[in-house]
Amino acid sequence: MSDTRNPLMLSGLEPLIITDSINFVNIGERTNVTGSRKFLRLIKNEQFDEALEIARDQVLGGAQIIDVNMDEGMIDGVKAMTIFLNLIASEPDIARVPIMIDSSKWEIIEAGLKVVQGKSIVNSISLKEGEPVFINQASTIKKYGAAVIVMAFDEEGQADSLKRRIEICSRSYNILVDKVRFQPQDIIFDPNIFPVATGIEEHRKNALDFFGATKWIKENLPYASVSGGVSNVSFSFRGNNTVREAMHASFLYHAIRNGMNMGIVNPTLLEVYDEVPEDLMNYVEDVLLDRRDDATERLLDFAENLVGTKKKGKILDNSWRNEDVYSRISHSLVKGIDAFIELDTEEARKNFKKPIEVIEGPLMDGMNVVGNLFGEGKMFLPQVVKSARVMKKAVAYLQPFIEAEKSEGKQFAGRILMATVKGDVHDIGKNIVAIVLSCNNYEIIDLGVMVPPEKIIETALKEKVDIIGLSGLITPSLDEMVFLVKELEKKKIKIPVLIGGATTSKLHTAIKIAPHYTGIAVHVNDASKAVPVTSTLLGKNKLNFKKTILNEYQKLRDDFSKRKVEKKSISLDSARANKFKINWNTTKIVKPNNLGIEVLAIEDLSILKDYIDWTQFFRSWNIYGKYPDIFNQEVNGKEAKELFRDANLILEKVIKENLFEAKGVFGIFAANTVNYDDIEVYKNDYSNHVLEKLITLRQQSKKPKGVPNIALSDFIAPKELNIKDYLGVFCVSAGFGCDELSKKYEAENDDYSSLMVKSIADRLVEAFAEYLHKMIRIKYWGYDEKEKLTNEDLIKEKYSGIRPAPGYPACPDHLEKKTIWKILNVETNIGVKLTESMAMWPAASVSGYYFANKEAKYFGLGKINEDQVQNYSLRRKIKTEVAKKWLNTNISDV
Amino acid sequence: MTIEENLQKRILVLDGAMGTMIQNHDLKEEDYRGERFKKHSCALKGNNDLLSITQPEIIKNIHLDYLKAGADIIETNTFSSTSIAMADYQMESLVYELNYESAKIARAAAQEYSIKTPNRPRYVAGSIGPTNKTASMSPDVNDPSFRAVDFDQLVVAYREQVTGLIDGGADVLLVETIFDTLNAKAALYAIDEIKQEKEINIPVMVSGTITDASGRTLSGQTVEAFNISLSHISLLSIGFNCALGADQLLPYIKNLANQSPLFISAHPNAGLPNAFGEYDQSPEEMKILVQDYLEQNLVNIIGGCCGTTPEHIGLIANLARKFSPRKPKTFSNV
Repeated sequence: MSDTRNPLMLSGLEPLIITDSINFVNIGERTNVTGSRKFLRLIKNEQFDEALEIARDQVLGGAQIIDVNMDEGMIDGVKAMTIFLNLIASEPDIARVPIMIDSSKWEIIEAGLKVVQGKSIVNSISLKEGEPVFINQASTIKKYGAAVIVMAFDEEGQADSLKRRIEICSRSYNILVDKVRFQPQDIIFDPNIFPVATGIEEHRKNALDFFGATKWIKENLPYASVSGGVSNVSFSFRGNNTVREAMHASFLYHAIRNGMNMGIVNPTLLEVYDEVPEDLMNYVEDVLLDRRDDATERLLDFAENLVGTKKKGKILDNSWRNEDVYSRISHSLVKGIDAFIELDTEEARKNFKKPIEVIEGPLMDGMNVVGNLFGEGKMFLPQVVKSARVMKKAVAYLQPFIEAEKSEGKQFAGRILMATVKGDVHDIGKNIVAIVLSCNNYEIIDLGVMVPPEKIIETALKEKVDIIGLSGLITPSLDEMVFLVKELEKKKIKIPVLIGGATTSKLHTAIKIAPHYTGIAVHVNDASKAVPVTSTLLGKNKLNFKKTILNEYQKLRDDFSKRKVEKKSISLDSARANKFKINWNTTKIVKPNNLGIEVLAIEDLSILKDYIDWTQFFRSWNIYGKYPDIFNQEVNGKEAKELFRDANLILEKVIKENLFEAKGVFGIFAANTVNYDDIEVYKNDYSNHVLEKLITLRQQSKKPKGVPNIALSDFIAPKELNIKDYLGVFCVSAGFGCDELSKKYEAENDDYSSLMVKSIADRLVEAFAEYLHKMIRIKYWGYDEKEKLTNEDLIKEKYSGIRPAPGYPACPDHLEKKTIWKILNVETNIGVKLTESMAMWPAASVSGYYFANKEAKYFGLGKINEDQVQNYSLRRKIKTEVAKKWLNTNISDV
Repeated sequence: MTIEENLQKRILVLDGAMGTMIQNHDLKEEDYRGERFKKHSCALKGNNDLLSITQPEIIKNIHLDYLKAGADIIETNTFSSTSIAMADYQMESLVYELNYESAKIARAAAQEYSIKTPNRPRYVAGSIGPTNKTASMSPDVNDPSFRAVDFDQLVVAYREQVTGLIDGGADVLLVETIFDTLNAKAALYAIDEIKQEKEINIPVMVSGTITDASGRTLSGQTVEAFNISLSHISLLSIGFNCALGADQLLPYIKNLANQSPLFISAHPNAGLPNAFGEYDQSPEEMKILVQDYLEQNLVNIIGGCCGTTPEHIGLIANLARKFSPRKPKTFSNV
């Protein structure tokens, strides 16, 4: 026989290819209501879980295909077949094998065909109702993509002789191959296995005829297979398993030699041929092969002596049950076995103080193993879902114990809102995450797909959810997620947000989402990670976890901005060509009321009090949240209140006793930009005497279309336009007296107050800078005389004009301070010194520029390239190496 | 020349991503709506298939770009044009029209080029996506036997799509991005029925998607099981697309090519998406990876999925011309 044609190939989740080298495929028969009373009872009572265990036992016991039959008068066969096969599909260790859809009712067969994704076998069709029905059924089976068992049965009845078997099989084969165009390798014949040793003369040749028919089929009907229900043959010996096992062994041995390549066998009722005692085998084969007239009587006599000698069944490998309870729990989770999980959970519970610790300990450990295996590709999705169900069972078991411990307790570990964002319709991944989470005792509010942000926010607030889970598969969904967290931020919502879905990534979350949200946004890689992340976010270690995430994301951002420049930067010339453009013909330039330098001191520090940015103050103490809402925060709200009280005690003392001296110097000058990046500061109101030249740095990262590469010099009119423009510089300090006071506390071993003094001085000088900037706007320069802003507006920088400071993102070059010191004669005027490393002393000092143009704005320089560094060192008149030292953190490492 | 005859002679090039090209147009809600759906009851932005009706010029130009780049087969803009997927946009009633119009646009574009290059006829493949529901998995934790969609519903939906595609002029049908084989079996069932009813023999291509690191489909099947489950219908080709870049897809294509007597297709993504959902594998980079496929003689149809552009396809087409097609393993026929 040629072997160039494909052999019979079947599939569940995994393939089953029945080549000639596989001599026999074992079909499990216990999931058959007509053959197993237990299975019938379970299906009737809708005890599907236990029914599934029977299927699983068969696969673990070696069945390569499982036969499923629901033909019983009291059962709705279509419904039972559909439910049971759907359930099997959710059990990867069962679903890995092909299914044999077994029914004498066509509608049940078709129902089964509609729910199996693999290539299954239909059991069975025949010519019983004539050719048209046969052809119709076979054509339909072909369209569903299944192989088929054909019974040796025709309009006349079941074939009971060798001749009839050959005749019917041959006719069936020809119809299937020629008329239906059925693939011949997908045809399996069942030439009827009938009982032997029944005492009826005509039955003596039943086994021999089957062997004969099998041989004929294999020789004459190319590529077809032969199958049969083996246990039928020993029907007369019900109750005597020893004889039945021997008979099955012998029957199979001969049938296989004749070409039978698959069969329905109970593997637990099957003995190995060579292990059947010789005498028994002789009696059995006398019957099967019809070797003696008195074979049946002799076997019956012999069998009587054997009754009572019980034989052990085949035992599944349960050795893992001998391991310790943690290993057993892990094993159950990884393998998705739920039979022992309650038992093991109970044992584990006794080892812990609190039942919840069983969840946090061994159960979560097990789920982490599952997550890792999935990540490594050693488990696949349906298996993970299976594990989650075992987890659910364990958690459900522990629930009453947990409840009993709490005086009043929430039913759930947390309430989680899940949604696929607006514009996206993909929800398969989201559903899986929802399943896994709810298996771990989280209450899920699933808003479905294409959920508008308003609805997510509204529901989150109304339902008081603990976590919001966002999912999306398509790229635009990423922007939706960014939009949503911005909306949450606007509404001052702090609910943690989980980000997931195929296009999402940790990097995207870190760079594009997390920075917009003070409530935390965490990326969750896949369903298996959802549980550990959620439980930690809501657990007692949440603060540490948040800190870890924040640090991790910050690092990702830093690394990314480094990398980004490498890839996407432009030359200094291109950056200059793409400068920030102000229309100098139309923009408003206000001539300052006072030009030149002015020195001032704050007599009464209490006027600065209102300008203090308390949010920053708290941040310097590592408490995050907005003042004054921070006091109502669940986390740290109390600490913030205490800190605020202590700060005010010292602040009042400082103000009342005038312990700090606040002094400042500023100057406003005519100025113009030259050569793109430098600003000439003029001595007088006309541009012929250059006092000093300010050197600015220009952004060099590649920007999207329409976004400029900014330098501070862009906010001052270029010299060649002959437009008179102005610029201010300043230095203020509130640090005089601060060191003395803080040292005094230090000496008293009051480190807390010492630190507090410093942080108050810091806030005071910032307040001073803010206050002076305001005075510049409305008085000294007077470009914004009508301004009336609240402190909150100031903090939000709602006024026009900016006051960038050297050493900060817009101009990281500390050397600029030297220039400011020269212009304002700072040290002489107010006593603030510059150290060698360009730090100001006292530390509580601020220096910077004033840009008045309405379009001036803050920005971050980002990374610059070698060409700008070279150019800068020429302009600064320093060596490139020195320039590199000063600009180190801003030079891209290409 | 039929596509089968052509495939005996050379490697055919399938086009690249439609979604990526549409995204470049940065279309707004009102662009998606056009005049006709100005007052439609729900948001339509993101319904790319609808553009075949509201912005047919954009779709046609994308087709022309791919044809110009050297694509032999272009895919209709119908990946989600089933009543199941369109339900999210409340556009179930539009499904026939969507498929018909999309096929017509692609047909017209292909025709233009078939006339320009008579030695190289161009073909239209009707794109049939997996829908957004799975027939083999339950979305409900408490009921693993529940299904959000069943075989019969899928057959009804696919019948409608297939009819529209054939009526609009598709030369071949492409059941693609199969993540659940049962969904694909329903599509093939529907196609089979329509073929019988219309008494036509339109060739069918199938293409699955490997999503897990375990090398399985979303619904859990191995490559072999997937191949076997779809072996009952006479197909023009079988292959894989999406989810992975050309380098990661290679072992699965190899595996498939070893087993299947059919023509083999591959249309991988332009690498894996980066952190922002963008594909940044350049045409040159992808070309180098695709060269492996050609040198190992694994494919008969090669193209691109997410993130690929006419530039990618152009380079791939130039390269493919230099190689001879894979000779499918021969199995004796009935």
